[in-house]
Amino acid sequence: MPSFMQEYNSSVAPALPQLPKALTGIEGLDEITDGGLPLGRPTLICGSAGCGKTLMGIEFLVRGIQEYNEPGVLMAFEETGEELAANVASLGFDLKALQDSKMLRLDHVHVDRSEIEETGEYDLEGLFIRLGYAIDSIGAKRVVLDTIEALFSGFPNQAVLRSEIRRLFRWLKDKGVTTVITAERGDGTLTRQGLEEYVSDCVILLDNRVIDQITTRRLRIVKYRGSTHGTNEYPYLITEDGISVLPVTSLRLDHQVSNNIMSSGVPALDDMFGMGGFYQGSSVLITGTAGTAKTTLAASFAEKTCVQGQRCLFFAFEESPQQLLRNMKSVSVDLKSHVDAGLLRIEASRPTINGLEQHLVTLHRLVKEFKPDAVIIDPITNLITVGNIAEVRSMLTRLIDFLKVSGITAYFTALVSGRGQQQEMTDEGVSSLVDTWISVRDLEGIGERNRGLSILKSRGMAHSNQVREFLVTDRGVELLEVVVGPTGIVTGASRLTQQLQEHAQTLAAQQEADRRDRELERRRRVLEANIANLRTEFESVEEELRQINSHEQTRQQTLASGNQRIAAANPPRRNAPTDGENDR
Amino acid sequence: MAEENDEETWELRLYVAGQTPKSVTALANLKKHCEQHLKGRYKIEVIDLLVNPQLAEGDQILAIPTLVRKVPEPIRKIIGDLSNEERVLVGLDVRPLIKK
Repeated sequence: MPSFMQEYNSSVAPALPQLPKALTGIEGLDEITDGGLPLGRPTLICGSAGCGKTLMGIEFLVRGIQEYNEPGVLMAFEETGEELAANVASLGFDLKALQDSKMLRLDHVHVDRSEIEETGEYDLEGLFIRLGYAIDSIGAKRVVLDTIEALFSGFPNQAVLRSEIRRLFRWLKDKGVTTVITAERGDGTLTRQGLEEYVSDCVILLDNRVIDQITTRRLRIVKYRGSTHGTNEYPYLITEDGISVLPVTSLRLDHQVSNNIMSSGVPALDDMFGMGGFYQGSSVLITGTAGTAKTTLAASFAEKTCVQGQRCLFFAFEESPQQLLRNMKSVSVDLKSHVDAGLLRIEASRPTINGLEQHLVTLHRLVKEFKPDAVIIDPITNLITVGNIAEVRSMLTRLIDFLKVSGITAYFTALVSGRGQQQEMTDEGVSSLVDTWISVRDLEGIGERNRGLSILKSRGMAHSNQVREFLVTDRGVELLEVVVGPTGIVTGASRLTQQLQEHAQTLAAQQEADRRDRELERRRRVLEANIANLRTEFESVEEELRQINSHEQTRQQTLASGNQRIAAANPPRRNAPTDGENDR
Repeated sequence: MAEENDEETWELRLYVAGQTPKSVTALANLKKHCEQHLKGRYKIEVIDLLVNPQLAEGDQILAIPTLVRKVPEPIRKIIGDLSNEERVLVGLDVRPLIKK
């Protein structure tokens, strides 16, 4: 996963023709210069005393030899070869060995005004010859002139000197060697002697600033003819491995994304997220006031990550590893076994031990070394003690960028101060940078405090809008079911009261329902009885009717048969059997 | 008169880079000054750095031409074409002989 980390910069420059460049091999510098220093041209590095100009020059040579197999010449005007070798030995640069293997040539130029008398015309051909000889003898591709300005103190004739220096740079260009010239920072100008006039291809300014008793070194590319470059001030550090520039703010937001989900370590919390956790490689921020179990949540996440066989790097700025292990064990978050298994690494230090940049570098180094899947920083707010808000913010931006680009899930906790409207603001203002933001806070009610957790945002997935009360129990973090009272969610003791009340209400309702059921049954039975009565009544009426009918029929029949009999007794007259006569 | 100086042989070394006008002038001037003030007590060695560039480092040569006084100690250097006689003598710490 972190494999594309190194390559991300290579994609910055597409197919356009590029100025040929020489990689410096200095960590980070090649990224902000977009591929190194101009090949075969001089580069000026200027800065005040103690900036690491000489070191940068030497590292340029040593890395050139070690990584790119390009021999180099160091022409030192201030320090002797022995002094330089001793100075950089602590960085693991063995100048003596490099000299012996004919990859490096060190030439100390000693200029002493008191030894030199000047009569008439001269030029600096001797310097050219020495340099030329040094370059040719080992086939050097890189040259460092360490503080060439020392010449100005040795030769009184400025006019000659300046024209000779101009000629020297021209000559170096013609020789095709990539040159680094260091120069002391002047008052109001880049260099004391105005060397920037002569070196017009690339100028790098180093700066050493003390703000609030903390020193930060910064590097800026003042100009780089014919090439794009980072224009910001980049902090850099002199570490035990040499110079490290931090160009971490990636210029484009084009990192790879993952659809994998990482669990938060608290099952109920996972359920609050539509996808059941955080996206891998996303950044998670937990903010909360003091004592809202931010660290516990972080530790749960760490444990879960390790349980799944992934690696986790835990930066603790408040507790020592032992304390953290013990405390987390009490809530049944077992980190010890993962530490032993090598899946979890806890780096504890006071933030004040280093400047911000040093922290960033440590983090970078450890991430590269340990290759974690998740990084936890607990809490980021403590960094504020070593820098102002703007600096911390920029550092965190770079950090988040770096972790994102590396596909590492970042998990930060932040302490928010005070109550009220500030609750949802982090001091560092990083909340806009993170993908998932969980807020934990005190819900202070009737004489007690309870912890509530809510998701303020979660990019790219649905999430619960509820404020959930949670408990830190000896089984870990537990989210409680939501109980909503008349005035919103209720917590703690009110939650119990509410639950009791609800229970009583249910009971009463049940009884009421039962009563209604019985009443209904009674009425049904009454009605049924009524129906039976009516039916009986109906039957008797029907019976009666039927009887009346049959009487009537009998009567009719009797009447008819009577008539027939009468007719038979009085037969009609012959020959005039008419009806009319019958009636008469 | 500094007698101890008289006993010594002055070893002078002139660094040049090819036969440039400056180098030629310097050598001519040097010979002239030496003949005048150090007659019989000097040795001049001319080193052409174009031929022997590795020698430049030893005497810390930057400017051309450079005259180095190896003996007597301490080493002194004079740069330029040596056209200013007075400054050459001061530089070499030679006392002019002509007076008196």
